[in-house]
Amino acid sequence: MTQLNTPKSASATAGHNGQALAADAPLKISLDKISVYYSSFRAIADVSMPVRDKTITAIIGPSGCGKSTLLRSLNRMNDLVPNVRVEGSILLDGENLYAPDIDVVDVRRRIGMVFQRPNPFPKSIYENIAYGVRLQGRPSKTEMDSIVERSLKRAAIWDEVKDKLKQSGAALSGGQQQRLCIARAIAVEPEVILMDEPCSALDPVATLKVEDLMQELKKDFTIVIVTHNMQQAARVSDYTAMMMMRPDRAGEMIEFGETNRIFTKPSDKRTEDYVTGRFG
Amino acid sequence: MVRPAPARLISSSSRRQSRRIVNGIMLGLTGLATLLALIPLIWIIASVLINGAPALSVDFFTQTFAPTDVGGGGILHAIVGSGILIGLASLMAIPVGVLGAFYIANHQNTPLGLAMRFGTDVLSGLPSIVVGLFVYTIAVAGHGYTAFSGAVALAIMMLPVVLRTTEEMLKLVPRSLNEASLGLGAPVWKTSLVVLLPAALTGIVTGIMLAIARVAGETAPLLFTAQGNNVFSTDLGQPIAALPLVLFKYATDPDPVRNTQAWGISFIIVVFVLVLNIGARLLTSQRTRR
Repeated sequence: MTQLNTPKSASATAGHNGQALAADAPLKISLDKISVYYSSFRAIADVSMPVRDKTITAIIGPSGCGKSTLLRSLNRMNDLVPNVRVEGSILLDGENLYAPDIDVVDVRRRIGMVFQRPNPFPKSIYENIAYGVRLQGRPSKTEMDSIVERSLKRAAIWDEVKDKLKQSGAALSGGQQQRLCIARAIAVEPEVILMDEPCSALDPVATLKVEDLMQELKKDFTIVIVTHNMQQAARVSDYTAMMMMRPDRAGEMIEFGETNRIFTKPSDKRTEDYVTGRFG
Repeated sequence: MVRPAPARLISSSSRRQSRRIVNGIMLGLTGLATLLALIPLIWIIASVLINGAPALSVDFFTQTFAPTDVGGGGILHAIVGSGILIGLASLMAIPVGVLGAFYIANHQNTPLGLAMRFGTDVLSGLPSIVVGLFVYTIAVAGHGYTAFSGAVALAIMMLPVVLRTTEEMLKLVPRSLNEASLGLGAPVWKTSLVVLLPAALTGIVTGIMLAIARVAGETAPLLFTAQGNNVFSTDLGQPIAALPLVLFKYATDPDPVRNTQAWGISFIIVVFVLVLNIGARLLTSQRTRR
């Protein structure tokens, strides 16, 4: 099994005012005609889209159109489903993640995931973070302490938990748990973070905190987020992909572009109907 | 428009009365059935306690076999023998059962996983004497009776219980934990060891306790393997005594001293099995309460 090559230093996203995105932000992930089958049922049909480095890409669409399936194919979490088959290729920095000799464990270290329902381990807050870090090495106690602190700070939860690192992660509130899961994901220093409706189980205040967090994280990580909340996609993302279910129940991408354009001048009528709330 | 009068909530008293009677009869019948089911259990425990208590003494537990004309001795050789057999059987059955369960849990839909599951179910239904005969043909014939072969027979009987219980407990661990670990880039074996195993641990311990309770009183598999021994022995290559074997011998002995001793052994076995079963229940309910 080959390890994925560690990338050369990624060029910074162009952007004079931090908001405008140059169309030539380098390509981090490239999906090429991805189809996902569960046995003979086709769940995703021929999706091609770019994910640009250090940007936030949102995948939106009505329920059941395959957004989560598409997201999970990026870090090969779909492999856990029996009888699953993926056609097409997903290139991470030019390497196909579905090549036969690729090490899945390595893929998941470079592409992390935050799930819809917070899922901290039934261990202490400290151990939740340490677990992932230990997968890749054996830092000393002082090194681990600083990694844990840094990750919790970056996830904007350090102040709330710094005095109770030894307490169980499950004792936190929902929003705190989710930020803990984000801290856990970034502690292993992935290049990409996938977020599957990360705020759908959170209250509005916690949601806003996580959204602010995403803007900060974008400076260091490429983020792909699935959300059924259009306003969130509009608030948070740089690029948006709109998916819909075809009559044969397969999901396809009907439009992709910069978020501003998708929400103000969508090319496809169905996109326009969806983002204006005519159907959801 | 005039609305029709609403139906009366309070039914007429005769209907209420007959419903009460039927309810009472059914409750009475089901209660009676429960009592009937409990009677054998209570009877057995009571008989064992009453008849076995006279046999219990310090000597009973600390002395080994002696002929009845010098008092009958004790059953130390049987206690130690059973301990060795069960201990050795556990050492064999637990790792195989737990690891096998991890495999099945992680490969639920593969041909091998399904075959293993089915095979284990069949194994658990095999009569214990057949297991004993099987171990006899592979380990005893030509070598002689050994304690080791007895442990193997018991291990074969423990294995399905450990494996199935562990598998069920693993399936109860929420999938989100599994995904959280794999999503961080942990290999499957590490996820199993560090995340799944601790979460399922209470259940696995329960399964082990139940498996031990099952084989603690098994006689048939030992008849052709460990065979039994009047001499105190811890040699794995020799026949060894065991509580159920000694019980069998003493119960069918014409000497009343032996019969009392047999009751004493029954007492010990029943108490042991009860403690294990009740302990397993308590562990389970503690977990669900949390």
